[in-house]
Amino acid sequence: MKIDRRDFCKVVVAGAATALSGGVAEARPPKELPPKAVGILYDATLCIGCKACEVGCKEANDMPMDHTSCAEQAHGVTGVWDAPDDLNSRTMNKIKAYAQGTAEVKDRPQDGYSFIKRACMHCVDPDCVSACPVSALTKDPVTGIVQYDPDACIGCRYCQLACPFNIPKFEYDKTFPKIVKCQMCAHLQAEGGIPACCEACPTGASLFGAVPDLLEEAHRRLTFKSGERQSYPIHSLDGGETRTAEVRGYYPKVYGETETGGTQYLMMAGVPFEHLGMPDLGSESRARLSETIQHGLYQGMMAPTLLLGGLVYAAYRNTHEDRMDPPEAPDGKASQAEEVPDD
Amino acid sequence: MTEVYRPVGGKLLTRQFYFLALLALIAAYFLVRRFIFGIGDVSNLSDGYPWGLWITYDVVTGTAIACGGYAMAVAVYVFNKGQFHPMVRAALLTSVFGYTLAGASIVVDVGRYWQLYNVFLPQYANLNSVMLEVALCISLYVLVLWIEFSPAILEAMKANRALRMLRHILFFFIGVGILLPTMHQSSLGSLLIIAGHKVHPLWQSDIIPLLFLITAITMGYGMVVFESLYASVNLGRKLETDLLAKVAGVIPWLLITYLVLRIGDLTLTGNLAALAEPGRAPILFAGEMALFGYAIVSLLGKARRRHPTHLFWSALAVVLAGALYRFDAFLIAYNPGPGWHYFPAVGEMMITLGVVAVEIMAYLFFVKKTPVLAAGH
Repeated sequence: MKIDRRDFCKVVVAGAATALSGGVAEARPPKELPPKAVGILYDATLCIGCKACEVGCKEANDMPMDHTSCAEQAHGVTGVWDAPDDLNSRTMNKIKAYAQGTAEVKDRPQDGYSFIKRACMHCVDPDCVSACPVSALTKDPVTGIVQYDPDACIGCRYCQLACPFNIPKFEYDKTFPKIVKCQMCAHLQAEGGIPACCEACPTGASLFGAVPDLLEEAHRRLTFKSGERQSYPIHSLDGGETRTAEVRGYYPKVYGETETGGTQYLMMAGVPFEHLGMPDLGSESRARLSETIQHGLYQGMMAPTLLLGGLVYAAYRNTHEDRMDPPEAPDGKASQAEEVPDD
Repeated sequence: MTEVYRPVGGKLLTRQFYFLALLALIAAYFLVRRFIFGIGDVSNLSDGYPWGLWITYDVVTGTAIACGGYAMAVAVYVFNKGQFHPMVRAALLTSVFGYTLAGASIVVDVGRYWQLYNVFLPQYANLNSVMLEVALCISLYVLVLWIEFSPAILEAMKANRALRMLRHILFFFIGVGILLPTMHQSSLGSLLIIAGHKVHPLWQSDIIPLLFLITAITMGYGMVVFESLYASVNLGRKLETDLLAKVAGVIPWLLITYLVLRIGDLTLTGNLAALAEPGRAPILFAGEMALFGYAIVSLLGKARRRHPTHLFWSALAVVLAGALYRFDAFLIAYNPGPGWHYFPAVGEMMITLGVVAVEIMAYLFFVKKTPVLAAGH
């Protein structure tokens, strides 16, 4: 028995070594921005908090009004208006406000306030797309829009766990629920339109365009000086419509330029982004790390196959007695099947 | 030593059995509600906490507790410890039900269960998804477990021809039955990697697959010991202390490896500093360490290990330590951001309790009616 055991150990160790050696495999390269990536540049300093974008979003996507807000519940009233507290399964686009101290001046961190528009960030390297087991969430290879296919979705909600921005929402109150998230009005874009939020925005705070152009525009704005009057494009970057507004001063960062490997929804504001509820993320997506580790272990299923070979061999050797047909094994080592009462 | 497996016999419909059936009935009521009115009707799951008690207990912890069959198979068939052979079947029994019901819980938890079969359709497969690996692996393993356990059922049915055939191919399923848990128990940990900052730094780690795998194996051995002692006392059988002490002997070394890896990783990444931060995370971490520490210390000495009471409590500690580690990582120390809170709703807890009740009822049925436990010598 001793020799056998040594043999088996060898096989197992070999299998384990193969499995572990896979761990040093090369990291998956970061994802590149798709060739015709479209996005939205949200400029909080231009936003007046009118929520026209929310109305536009609900209309364009046939979304119901929401009456789950704390204010409505506390006062026991149901308004005829739409009043969500935050993004939820009826709301894919939400204007939120930050207020500090006396909240006197807009776009100032101290004693000031700011708006922020939350929606799907359409990451360049989306964690939700990497997480989804059934490819219900996919990234369009051309436009880069992260889209949802309810026919594929099993409702496991791993995308909710994976998303660093908590964007995908789930219809917990429905018998046959779906995931709900902004899809950048892909249906309108298919007909040559632009996302409803950008169409509805009167000030150009939500601006549609190609991602590289939007980034260029964002960096142009970062060079503006506080108080000067500048021309801002509205609705769409290449739509030709502009308006002139006073520059309120920018926090020197374009949120989404590098976060989690870059996003196609970009943000600018007068106050630091951590005040606006945006997480402080590194420049590498978690998807990249997760896939590097997982594919390292499972590279071409090499390690599992080798390990399986070793295991089946070991099991074969160690079940020798079990396979023998005579009811009494010569060495007295009995097997499971021998004990069958033969009556 | 020849092993003879015999049904324990005795009355099945005891008072305890009826109590378990009552729990199962209550769970059935909430299950009906869940499928009519949706997940939100019976649970406190939210967009911030999409995974709650069902995933954390029924799937992640439940399958680790059900690793007895896997852990014993590694000992018997890989390391050729034939002396443990009499215990394999009982271990397999808990594994079969632990895994089968974990699979069933997934049907309850996923929102679009009628499309669950998409997981098996190649056109939908996302090979980058850790979840896909876990889903395929667990489904396959449930099948393999039933094949591995089938000799007990075939013996009870006296289907000798089928048994003879099965005997010749069983080694293959034993091999697969060791590979699959190695894959998915580690991947259950990997599920959390992508959640990034939502998982507390004391639990988020690049080596989390290895940590989950090691603790799953220790929980498997712990459960074998715990269950054997518990069943012996309550079914009036002779204690198998000598064998159990040998099984338990491997646990402290596995746990020491685990602690060295985990604390080493926390030190290297600098995440150990999170221990100094206020909040409940350091307390939870200390609780885990206390349970792991207690198990290691009390199982390391040969004499103490042979003491049934000692063995019982330390085996329980091993299982609880692994369970707390999983609960902390997936739920208690999980933080999706400000404004989100989670505590399981009554309906959620009753469904989970019902699942456990069905598991125990099935265990009792099989132990009493089919040849699972080795007959006393």
